[in-house]
Amino acid sequence: MLYPITTIHYLVLSAALLLIGTLGVLARRNIFIILMSIELILNAVNINLIAFSHHYGQVHGQVFAIFVITVAVAEAAVGLGIVIALFRNKETVQADEIDLLKW
Amino acid sequence: MMDAFFFYVFALLAVAGAVLTITRRSAVHAAMWLIVSLLGVAGLYLLQKAEFLFAVQIVLYIGGIMMLFLFVIMLVNLDEASRLRQFNKQWWIALAALIAVGAEIAFFLKTGAGSLKLPPPAAAVAGGPGNTELVADVLFSEYLLPFEVASVLLLVAIVGSVMLAKKRI
Repeated sequence: MLYPITTIHYLVLSAALLLIGTLGVLARRNIFIILMSIELILNAVNINLIAFSHHYGQVHGQVFAIFVITVAVAEAAVGLGIVIALFRNKETVQADEIDLLKW
Repeated sequence: MMDAFFFYVFALLAVAGAVLTITRRSAVHAAMWLIVSLLGVAGLYLLQKAEFLFAVQIVLYIGGIMMLFLFVIMLVNLDEASRLRQFNKQWWIALAALIAVGAEIAFFLKTGAGSLKLPPPAAAVAGGPGNTELVADVLFSEYLLPFEVASVLLLVAIVGSVMLAKKRI
């Protein structure tokens, strides 16, 4: 079960990274660590895409992974811009202290 | 045998780095552990014969995104944030939901592994075009329109982040 490395091994690893990243998004208060957890989730998706790309011997999965990385870059840039604007206005980086829309 | 050894080394790097990323108090330490995790994932790309993505992962993720993170962490003073409570009040609900989803995924992987009948892995063609060439061929022919849309997305992200980080918005 452990020794010949199959596609299933990569899927299990990807699921583990996805769950860890989701826990980071849901449970942490620091906005930076929430953003980093989103990067973890996107990486888990990429592992999945590459595993299937390798499995079928085609490169379509790798092209998709490139698009995922592009979206991750855009998301990180805009997210960090929002964090800077937020810190300037509210002087906090704790996600649960920013509750203007809560009642 | 050798690739199994490397798989477990890189998988350990990726998972341990991820766990430490979401548990550290200091955001800078978390960023460092995330770099370790990303390096592990890059090694897994190399094991899967995705050499181009291996390079992209290191140059773009570690050299680009993580440097951006570290710069912004430096910009925003976080000294008091590491002394506050690190997890929010609903962390146990999050953990319970996560265990449920994990059990679901484990169940599907366990039943799917036998019943899905994945076709046997395709054999690698020796002496064919390299990985970068193959990716470029597909990217610039079949995925040309998504490629152009991605460039528009990046332009929007550049303008948006400059706008948001300005002194007065």
